[in-house]
Amino acid sequence: MLAYIIRRLLYALPILIGVNLVTFALFFVVNTPDDMARMQLGVKRVTPEAIQKWKAERGYDKPLLVNAEASGLAMMTETIFFQKSVRMFVGDFGHAEDGRDIAREIGSRTGPSLAIALPTFILSLIVTVSFALTLAFFRATAFDFWGVVLCVAMMSISGLFYIIGGQYLISKVWRLVPISGYGTGLEAWRFLVLPVLIGVISGIGSSTRWYRTIFLEEVSKDYVRTARAKGLPETLVFFRHILRNALIPILTGIVVVIPLLFMGSLLTESFFGIPGLGSYTIDAINAQDFAVVRSMVFIGSVLYIVGLILTDISYTLVDPRIRFE
Amino acid sequence: MLRIENLRLGFTSGKNTLAAVDGISFSIAKGETFALLGESGCGKSATAQGIMRLLPAAGRVLDGHVSLDNENLLALSEADMRAYRGGRMAMIFQEPATSLNPVLTVGQQIGEVLRRHLGLAGAEAIARMVDLLRQVGIADPERRLNEYPFQFSGGMKQRVMIAIALAGEPELLIADEPTTALDVTVQAQILDLLATLQAERGMAILLITHDLGVVARMAHRIGVMYAGELVEVANREAFFGRPQHPYTQALFEALPDISRRGQLLSTIPGQVPSLSAMPSGCRFAERCIHVMPVCREQSPHWHGQEEHVVRCYWSGQARLANSACHEVSELGVSTGKGFLVVDGLKVHFPIRKGLLQRTVGHVRAVDGISLSISPGRTLVLVGESGCGKTTVGKALLQLIAPTAGSVRLGDNELVGLAGRRLRAARRHMQMIFQDPFASLNPRLRVGEIIAEGMEALGVAGNAVSRHATVSALLGQVGLPEEAGDRYPHEFSGGQRQRIAVARALAVQPELLICDEPTSALDVSVQAQILNLLKKLQGELGIAYLFITHNFAVVEYLAHDVAVMYLGRIVEQGRAEEVLRNPQHPYTRALLSAVPLPRQEGAAAVIRLPGEAPSPANPPTGCHFHPRCPNVMEVCRSRYPGKVEVSVTHSASCHLLT
Amino acid sequence: MMGFQIVVLWSDMLIWLLVAAGIGVGVLIAKTPPLLTAWRRVGANRVGMASATVLLAFILVGLFDSLHYRAALDGKPGQKVQYAVEVLSALDALATPLRTRSEKTYSEPFATRLYAKETVDVPGRDSVREYPRLKYGGRHLGEHEDEVAADAAFTAFRAGVLALLGWLALAGMAAAVVGRDSVIGWQRIWRGETAFAWNAVLVTLGLILLGVVPLFWLSGQYHVFGTDKVGQDVLYQVLKSVRTGLIIGLVTTLVMLPMAVLLGIVAGYFRGWVDDVIQYIYTVLNSIPSVLLIAAAVLMMQVVIDTHPQWFSTAAERADLRLLALCFILGITSWTGLCRLLRGETLKLRELEYIQAAQAFGVSSWRIIIRHILPNLMHIVIIALVMDFSGLVLAEAVLSYVGIGVDPTMTSFGTMINNARMELGREPAVWWSLVAAFAAMFILVLAANLFADAVRDAFDPRAV
Repeated sequence: MLAYIIRRLLYALPILIGVNLVTFALFFVVNTPDDMARMQLGVKRVTPEAIQKWKAERGYDKPLLVNAEASGLAMMTETIFFQKSVRMFVGDFGHAEDGRDIAREIGSRTGPSLAIALPTFILSLIVTVSFALTLAFFRATAFDFWGVVLCVAMMSISGLFYIIGGQYLISKVWRLVPISGYGTGLEAWRFLVLPVLIGVISGIGSSTRWYRTIFLEEVSKDYVRTARAKGLPETLVFFRHILRNALIPILTGIVVVIPLLFMGSLLTESFFGIPGLGSYTIDAINAQDFAVVRSMVFIGSVLYIVGLILTDISYTLVDPRIRFE
Repeated sequence: MLRIENLRLGFTSGKNTLAAVDGISFSIAKGETFALLGESGCGKSATAQGIMRLLPAAGRVLDGHVSLDNENLLALSEADMRAYRGGRMAMIFQEPATSLNPVLTVGQQIGEVLRRHLGLAGAEAIARMVDLLRQVGIADPERRLNEYPFQFSGGMKQRVMIAIALAGEPELLIADEPTTALDVTVQAQILDLLATLQAERGMAILLITHDLGVVARMAHRIGVMYAGELVEVANREAFFGRPQHPYTQALFEALPDISRRGQLLSTIPGQVPSLSAMPSGCRFAERCIHVMPVCREQSPHWHGQEEHVVRCYWSGQARLANSACHEVSELGVSTGKGFLVVDGLKVHFPIRKGLLQRTVGHVRAVDGISLSISPGRTLVLVGESGCGKTTVGKALLQLIAPTAGSVRLGDNELVGLAGRRLRAARRHMQMIFQDPFASLNPRLRVGEIIAEGMEALGVAGNAVSRHATVSALLGQVGLPEEAGDRYPHEFSGGQRQRIAVARALAVQPELLICDEPTSALDVSVQAQILNLLKKLQGELGIAYLFITHNFAVVEYLAHDVAVMYLGRIVEQGRAEEVLRNPQHPYTRALLSAVPLPRQEGAAAVIRLPGEAPSPANPPTGCHFHPRCPNVMEVCRSRYPGKVEVSVTHSASCHLLT
Repeated sequence: MMGFQIVVLWSDMLIWLLVAAGIGVGVLIAKTPPLLTAWRRVGANRVGMASATVLLAFILVGLFDSLHYRAALDGKPGQKVQYAVEVLSALDALATPLRTRSEKTYSEPFATRLYAKETVDVPGRDSVREYPRLKYGGRHLGEHEDEVAADAAFTAFRAGVLALLGWLALAGMAAAVVGRDSVIGWQRIWRGETAFAWNAVLVTLGLILLGVVPLFWLSGQYHVFGTDKVGQDVLYQVLKSVRTGLIIGLVTTLVMLPMAVLLGIVAGYFRGWVDDVIQYIYTVLNSIPSVLLIAAAVLMMQVVIDTHPQWFSTAAERADLRLLALCFILGITSWTGLCRLLRGETLKLRELEYIQAAQAFGVSSWRIIIRHILPNLMHIVIIALVMDFSGLVLAEAVLSYVGIGVDPTMTSFGTMINNARMELGREPAVWWSLVAAFAAMFILVLAANLFADAVRDAFDPRAV
């Protein structure tokens, strides 16, 4: 068991290195720091001195991979690759365009992100799994048919519509909660209700359909026939036999996203003005703040890999075949 | 006790409902075993599911009456029916591997039934479960209750299934092909177990099977189904003594058997009519050799005495005339020098484990076997599942790289050959696979499939001559010429296997490796393929390496036999020698475990305990010693050497030294 | 007749290449019975065929919008002909009235006056603040501004009758195709006895005609969906957005398809180190959350485009190349799913006996892949193609909103929504742009989803 987890962790290392190399290539090889400087300073009126200054301020004035001027270990460390990419492994993300420390900024923004993402995730899971289970229970009836029709219709609606429509209806027309903003303490819930509600509703269509397919796949298995042949009532067949088995494929899909909840949601946070990591990313994209985007790409990948490992561990909890290996 | 009257079951597809079971009636008395016998697709499993009201979603009960002790089951509400299911009537299924819930422990799965039907829970339930597991022959039941299905072997899983079925103390047990997925030695154990339990509890058993041998071993009365109808119901004596329906007779005639060596098996021409195009008269008329004009007009009624009724106009009593059994002229082949000589062949698959995926051991699928095959003869490699016989076939063809040993074809060593020279060698041997539905690419025309080998090996030059060759090959395997332009899905299983034979023959090999080519086929179709193989051997002088677990086929087809156990050959010799005078205890047990399709087909004389161990971790000494009835001290420590019984007959056993 | 110069944008080329490939595949399917039977099952699916009809209507709009040209400028005879900088399409030419009749700013659907008060000089009096009349919307009414409803209804009714006549002609043609005699054909269609779901197609076609013909008739006189901030007709913007959506949905999959298919099959078939390398590549790419990868890649692409303005001769070309680059980026981030699926399926296929039979004949690996494995994976590829489409159309809107989508000058559902969403906060709200964009996108995506379901049902016997 422990060896299994350690092995999984060791597998993650080369992937993390790969991600780091990809981001490095994307941010420093596709475009040289000179290009970025020219872009940031405005393409037309730019002097070589201004570019040099821009680069020096951000530490982009070093060579990419090997510093021929330095000696010894500094040959490797006094480079953009080491300073900007390798140091991300130890949580050093450098500074944003506005001069703030990215790592500290990220630390202070995970709270609001989680405050939205976690309730959304849990509520969605409860709603969609129970809806899907109900549909599968009443499979091949009119209820199932119209439920699926509803799902297909709901997943054909753009996520933007749910947000814009919800804000308009609930906040502007009905004036139930504020349109956007974020508070702390007990007042926070007034700001959280709407984004969470919208997050749950916008996910119903596709998730329900997916879970329903998984349930129906299990329904046709032989062991279900055995359970029925025992004379068990259909509810017991569903909750004891089918749900337990369907959990395995469902876990694959959901455990992997749990760590990514820290990242928040780009759309929701920017629409509702939540000061989380999602809006941080969007602002960085709009301001073309490369350092922040690069950091977020790396953190996102780390969290995804953590999710993969958690998925593997969660298998051992639900699937005895893996637990005993 | 159980009465079924005029039961009709159908499956809906779109707007149509097709009757898969069309008006069958029979009854089962307390303590009786009634066998429902029929080939695939005849509706026997649907009948079983219909009785339990467990039909799949598309299934419908169209008409009829099912009653258990005069209680009409079809009229019960679903909730009331559940009290019967698993309670007074229980069911076991064909695939023990998939029929148990993989994420619940065995104890949980049995406990459900106890709680549902007997209201037992807690310590009382555990005591009962331990008792049940002991009854079905599972050792150390206290510990095994907390284990999961994947920790049980195939035969053990089926025992667990039986324990689950018994937990509700049923009066009727429906067994749907309970041993089809199991090896013969394990099958013998399970059939014995069922017979014992029946005797102890006085249960009625409805046994669904396609195997005449299992019928002979178990049944008190037999009903034969054909295309959704019962055609003959008889008690044991009448059924095996004087089968009356031409279909039943044909089934018996089609069985390969040692008494039919050298003869062509009789076959049933044509195919079962499809559900959507059922003839209005007798459904067997098109394939019947005794067909009369009246058969095609009106479906025959039942006639005969109480214990033996049949649904047929033909009243002849005689067995089939010998006209269908032609003598096959065998080539005068000498048992000369083998042209394919296998020496010390080993195929080991590494087992990787741990942090760095180091190789910690090997699955010894094939562990040093030596064979030799002479031109024009048939060597049958026989063994239970997992003994490595299929791996041998693939390793000979170099589809799997052997770990050690040599395979010599004529003067060429095949092991380690690659590229052009390997391709040249492959001209001389080809393979026919087990599953006719997986062995033909569904996206290619039959003509293209057959021509593939010729193209790859550059046998037939241009397109015109290739087309001519394909036509000739189709004729040779008994298919019409226009079959070449059609797609595999348009053919039945037997026809597909003919296509596979034609594909292999296309490169004019001298050796055909046949990997269980008939195990997926019904008996009547199996006879056609065996006849074809025999005919081709007569005409072309091909040698066969025939891989099978079916002893009837061995007896019918083999010139030479090699018996495999856990990657090694334990006995080999000429067929007569091995079958008449088996030396190795395993061979004897195997032969004795095969249920014979005769009235006197009694229980196995030699019963093997347990199941074959994993080839990853074979027992020390003789691999067979944990199951051997004649085990001695030396067997536990040392693998026995090969002992020559005669010039052609040898076995590896300490008993012989 | 004005002269013009044909302009072939890169995306046009890909679109027409797709059309050609579609026709080619169609011919191939007609010659391969197993594929043909699967497509016949799609053809028999009523919902599937109804949605296919809707999709076809969208595709038609997109295709008309993919024939580009530059009009010749008026010049003196004898001079070298000069061409306009603006690149137009056949759709622009057809919808010239929609394109050119711009108002000053916002106006409601069917409005005759602007949505904002302006100071207008009235002759004889001082300047007053009022809602000025529109330049084009409802101009033909003259003084009778209050008769909009009656006039529009009457026009719609006339158009509806015309649509009905057109539909009857089409239905008659279909009936003649189905039966020897059109009466028999008619009966067979309505009883649902035809193998192809003609009734569904005809009903959908009828609904489309009843909706579209009046809409276009009215759009000659009114701004049926209103106008946006700069006074441009919203209906015109919706039409222009269709092409963008189609390109994102189709070209992206096309871009990633060769890589996903090749790598997936190679990994599954050869296994060993090849498999390890390919698995490593897609796990790494998969590890980066796709929005962030897209964001990073688009940012970088933007730097490339902005620092090399000399590469593009027209704004349309720049927007087009940015669109294609977006397709590539989306493709690179989404090929991993299909690749993994194909690898798994190949692993299963390679154990099948017909593959081993081919190996026993010494058929070369690449030939086995092309002859035996690829054709038996085609259904997965087709299902992936149609399933991805709707997701990509939706993704475009989100990405364009975030600012990492198509060029801001290119009309798309995303840019429409992005431009209009702030106006919802106005009192009273400007809602029509948003509603039009969401509605059009909903119809397109719903049709695509339903069609995808029909295709999956027909090709994957296992699916529920």
